[in-house]
Amino acid sequence: MHQTFDAALEINLLHANQEGAEHNRAHFDAWGITCLNIMSSPGAGKTVLLEKTLAALNQTLKIAVIEGDMTTELDADRLRQHNVPVIAINTGRSCHLDSKMVAGGLHQLEHQYSPSDFDLVLVENVGNLVCPAEFEVGEHAKVALLSITEGEDKPLKYPVMFQEADCLLITKMDLAPHLEIDVNRIIANVRQMNPGVTIIPVSAKTGEGLTAWFDWLQSQIPSAEKIASKLPDLTSA
Amino acid sequence: MTKALILTVRNWWEAQPERPQISQVHLTVGQFTCVEPVSLQFAFEVQTRNTFLEAAKLVIQETPLIAFCHHCQQEYRPELGIQYACPDCQSPMEDIRSGRELKINRIEYCSDSTESYASNL
Repeated sequence: MHQTFDAALEINLLHANQEGAEHNRAHFDAWGITCLNIMSSPGAGKTVLLEKTLAALNQTLKIAVIEGDMTTELDADRLRQHNVPVIAINTGRSCHLDSKMVAGGLHQLEHQYSPSDFDLVLVENVGNLVCPAEFEVGEHAKVALLSITEGEDKPLKYPVMFQEADCLLITKMDLAPHLEIDVNRIIANVRQMNPGVTIIPVSAKTGEGLTAWFDWLQSQIPSAEKIASKLPDLTSA
Repeated sequence: MTKALILTVRNWWEAQPERPQISQVHLTVGQFTCVEPVSLQFAFEVQTRNTFLEAAKLVIQETPLIAFCHHCQQEYRPELGIQYACPDCQSPMEDIRSGRELKINRIEYCSDSTESYASNL
């Protein structure tokens, strides 16, 4: 005869991932590394933003990239052109990075380099406006990208992503004259669920907003010297 | 998400002195998460075939998104996909009281207790 028992768990469903994320963050803290988790839908401009960021900052900051993609190393190869270590993680069928995958990336970093030399690890997540926001990987801050071609209503449709972001970059601003998009509406929609988020309209093509992005990024690194004054003027014609 | 759930349950199951036959896993899933209960049920059924959870059912309780407006000093229910600010004063949604839960509440399992019953009944 079977008897039924109850075991009260009261455990967060993502408990295992959260523990892994805290473990990764402890490693970053011990090494003096700031980690940013960069997320957006596919095609919003994460990789090209990283290219611009690496080109501008890799002389003044020691940066490594953890590149998440379901398949291929196409994005990782693009970023390796900037002479920074890029650890590629293929997630297979998983539509987001999780803390265990990033832990694997950290082990690679540890074995191939001296981690405490690095100032910054940029994690480029899988293109997806849904799941990455729920799965911490050990980051100190979340950066979300939304291109103006995606529409004003996306923050309302994908609220968790925009609520979790510490910085939101509105990308492809060079296309604004060709679109009937009200950027102020995008900003108002985001502020409904995240009044304190830093919002920076940017264009990787023209350089608009990139200095402000670099300033914000630098502000996340506790020990970085003021580098804004050393950066090239990216908005010159 | 389903893999994360199965992993968390497995960690609990492997830590039990006698690994029981799990019959039900009770979850609370908030409306303001990236989990759709029906999809989770489906994926769970598929991913647990031929595993220790094959016979287990997911029992999901959904919790609504409820926010608290500090300006108005009252709770309100944001309209998902439409409006998240307070409908009365438009203050942003900063204090979520319900809807972010992703919790395994409890697990029901069976235990073989044949020795409790007389064999001639």
